[in-house]
Order: sequence, then structure tokens, then C-alpha cells
Amino acid sequence: MKVLVPIKRVVDYNVKVRVKADNTGVDLANVKMAMNPFCEIAVEEAVRLKEKGVVTEIIAVTVGSKAAQEQLRTAMALGADRSILIETEEDAQPLAIAKALKAIVEKEQPQLVILGKQAIDGDNSQTGQMLAALTGMAQGTFASEVVVEGDKVKVTREVDGGFQTVELKLPAVVTTDLRLNEPRYASLPNIMKAKKKPLDTVSGADLGVDFAPRTKTLKVEAPAARSAGIKVASVEELVSKLKNEAKVI
Amino acid sequence: MGILVYAEHDNSTIKGATLNVVTAAAKIGGDITVLVAGKGCGAAAEAAAKIAGVSKVLVADNDAYGHQLAENVADLVAELGKGYSHILIPATTTGKNFAPRVAALLDAEQISEIITVESADTFKRPIYAGNAIATVQSSDSVKVITVRATGFDAAAAEGGSASVEAVDVAKDAGVSSFVSEELAKSDRPELTAAKVVISGGRGMQNGDNFEMLYKVADKLGAAVGASRAAVDAGFVPNDMQVGQTGKIVAPQLYIAIGISGAIQHLAGMKDSKVIVAINKDEEAPIFQVADYGLVADLFDAVPELEKQI
Repeated sequence: MKVLVPIKRVVDYNVKVRVKADNTGVDLANVKMAMNPFCEIAVEEAVRLKEKGVVTEIIAVTVGSKAAQEQLRTAMALGADRSILIETEEDAQPLAIAKALKAIVEKEQPQLVILGKQAIDGDNSQTGQMLAALTGMAQGTFASEVVVEGDKVKVTREVDGGFQTVELKLPAVVTTDLRLNEPRYASLPNIMKAKKKPLDTVSGADLGVDFAPRTKTLKVEAPAARSAGIKVASVEELVSKLKNEAKVI
Repeated sequence: MGILVYAEHDNSTIKGATLNVVTAAAKIGGDITVLVAGKGCGAAAEAAAKIAGVSKVLVADNDAYGHQLAENVADLVAELGKGYSHILIPATTTGKNFAPRVAALLDAEQISEIITVESADTFKRPIYAGNAIATVQSSDSVKVITVRATGFDAAAAEGGSASVEAVDVAKDAGVSSFVSEELAKSDRPELTAAKVVISGGRGMQNGDNFEMLYKVADKLGAAVGASRAAVDAGFVPNDMQVGQTGKIVAPQLYIAIGISGAIQHLAGMKDSKVIVAINKDEEAPIFQVADYGLVADLFDAVPELEKQI
């Protein structure tokens, strides 16, 4: 069976982002970019399913600028067989991305779509669920275990109270949580091989999707800074401060 | 038009986050209707009717909603939500699971995890793990919004007298089913609702050492949390994780024990009123946000703390 893995190019998770002085956004000039960490987990899960013989083909797809080819190549170095760039310069929002992915799903007919549960830039956590709704597919979000059994998939989900397991009819959408797996690193030979794997480019217009965001971002500010307080010398002083100064215990 | 608030509940009681969402709805302005969807959820509906500021409670009591399956709940909320200007959903794992489905079904761009209401169409929300705050304006006719509970005070749970009305829409999408759940049981308060939270990090070294934190927590009436590092290392279960991808907490007092303070962890607790950090590494970034820092070996400091409180 075929698996579609939508991924996103984002600021590397180690980078501490800065808000632009004119408050129009976050400064992305000369900042290290990488594949969203949850997307790496999604690629890894697809590769493991292929290694188990459950999956026959992995297609990575992304919505973004030409630069996002880099992340598609990474996905292919990790084990995706081919990839699709849906090219746009717009700041595409989850709803439009989900509509574009729906068009790819209709063309490729994957049995499983595996995505990250959220991207660490917008922190929206929407795309997978939206794609599932638009295609009428079942969904297993925040997955910590994925087991394909015939025409069904069992997904164990991380929920506020612990874990919940659901059974979904295929085709289905799965979004990955942190502990689903530990992604591998791409080996040098695989990075070289990935350069020769097919990468198709399509536009929003080809898919009938307008990526211009409807929601306006009026401004982006730095959060209220929290300044460091004081160091106390002992547990005794700490307890005294909490009781008498902060009055929280 | 009015505002539809989705209640998080366990069929018998309303979960705390719902009360914060009601406050967010009141800030937007308009009649507030609360939807209670579940199985055997009459008691929860009665509790919802008592929340101050709520004018109507809709109850969808059906097998299809018993386990809050996203496919079924989203169809229901999208169907009922058409008649409202806003649909507000708690940004819990239940809410985050189905809300984007509702938005997609209504062709709306969801606004995730708002922390303030600027006006009926303009909201603030954190992005980049809370390292930036975006002010966004929605142009969708039905606005689908998830609400971060820590951004709003809780509405009074008593004092209201809303009418309760049964909804006869009931549809099972038939594509998913509940298999099982494994929920943590604890006598301590819920992490997101606790006034005091004490969390342990990688410095705790193993799960057994968390026993020290439980003892302190029991004296303070606190909840116990953990950093991602401690959860990944298998010291404690995932439901204890505080951070960008775990739970977001903002208690009166947050005590970080053996936590270095990665930005992903800070994203989950930096709105706490008072932050205490105990760490033996005086360079640990957690000290940059702590009101009171103690550079000490936690294995000496925590038992001492337990004695002194």
C-alpha cells in the first residue's frame, strides 16, 4: 500500500527566534531551517512500515517555496521513494494546505497519510485533521503507536489523561506525537541516492487551490519578558520567601 | 447569532477548561450556548447549566459521542455551529483533535489556542513555542477557535440557570471506533487546574526518585509534572509532560526540580505567577525565568524542602 507523508520546512528547533523590529513577523533571514521534528517522526514511521513489508511506496509532499526541495530531499534520503513540491510563495495556512493535500490524495490514492501533529512555527495542529475532514477519512491524532491490521489501523493516542486506542478504517490519517519513534539519521550514500529520486513540482493553480491566507496577521510581538529573579542560598531562605514575600504557600 | 462553547466533560462533571472558555466567550460578547455531547451525560449538562453567563445548554446524548470520537463529534458541532458567529473549543487533546475537522467542514481557517480576545474578530495567540505572540484577525463568517485555558480566568461554576435542550442530531460516521483507554489515576489535582505544580526533569535520574516530588506535592496540594526529557527517558508517563507539545500550565507557584529549561519546556510554564528552580547547574537557562533560584543538589534540597513546608 501507498503512504503519503506531508512535511513542512520550518525554523530549526534549536533556533531561538526573534520578532522583527517592525512587528510584521519573525525574522527568518539567515536562520537555519530544517524539517519540522514531528514530520521527521512521520517519515520514520512510514519507512518502518515499509521495512515491515506493510507499505510498498512512500511519497513525501510539501507546500512551500522552492527552498523546501531541501526538506523533500531529506525525506527521500530517509527512505521516501519520491516527492512532490506544491510550490507557493504565499504564507499558506492549514486549511489551504489541507485542500491541496486533498487533491494529491485523490490523484495518488494512498491508504495512509502520516503527518506531524503540529509544526513548530505556527503551532496550529490543524492540517491532518482538516485533511481527514475534507476527504471523509478517519483520523488518529497524536499517535504513539500505529499498527496496520488488514484494512484497518489501530492507533494509540497520547491524550491529556493518558492513552486512548482507536481503530480506523483505511484509508486514514495519522498524526505523530513525540514518542511514536526515534527518527534515524540519513546516511551519506542515501543522501546521494536521494538526489536522483523523482521530485515533481506543481502549483496551487494546478490543484485549484488559492494559498493566499484569509486570516490577517495584524502584528507579531515578543512576549512579555520574564526577568530573572534572585538566587537564594538555602532551602530555608526559599521557604521563607515563598511564605512571606511571594505568599504562595 | 451567539457563541457556541463545546464543553469538555466526563459525562458526570464539567472539566475546568470549559469554565475558562466561557470567560473567553463572554469577552467576545453575545449569547452563550454550551454544547454537551456524550453518552449518559445528563449530569454534566445540568452542571453546565449552572455556569454563570450561560444562557442555553444543548445536550447530544448518544452512543456516537461516548468516547468523543473526532469524526462523529466534528459532524455534530459543524452541523449545530452553522447558526453561530463563533465556535469556541477548549485547547485540550480532545478539543484539538476535532476542532480542525469542524473548521474544515465549515470552510473556516481555525484560530488555534487564543490567549486574549481583542475584539469579536481579533485575537492573540502564541506562535513559535510562545517566543512570539501574533495578533490575528479572522474574516470567516463562523469563527472556529480553540482557547488556551491559562489565558482566561475561570467563569463561576455556580450561579447560572440556563435552559437545557436535547439535540436529536445523532450520526455515527462509521469510520472509527473506540478500542480502549488507559487513564492515569491520581488523587492529586489535575496539572492544568492546580494552584501549585512541582515538576521534575532529567536530573531526577529515575522514576523512583519522583517519589520525593510526590511527597512535597501532597504537602502543598500540588500536581506533579515533568519535562519532556523525563518522559522520554521513561521516568514518568506522558500525561505528566509540561511544555510546547505537552500541557500548558500557569499555576500560582511552579517548582522546577532538575529541569534545565529548554525553550520547549518554558513554553509550557512561563506564565506561572511565581517560578522556583532548583538545579545544581547554575548556568541552567531555567534560572533566567525563575523568581527564586536555588543552586543545589536536588537530592539534598527536595527532602529538606519537604521538611520545611
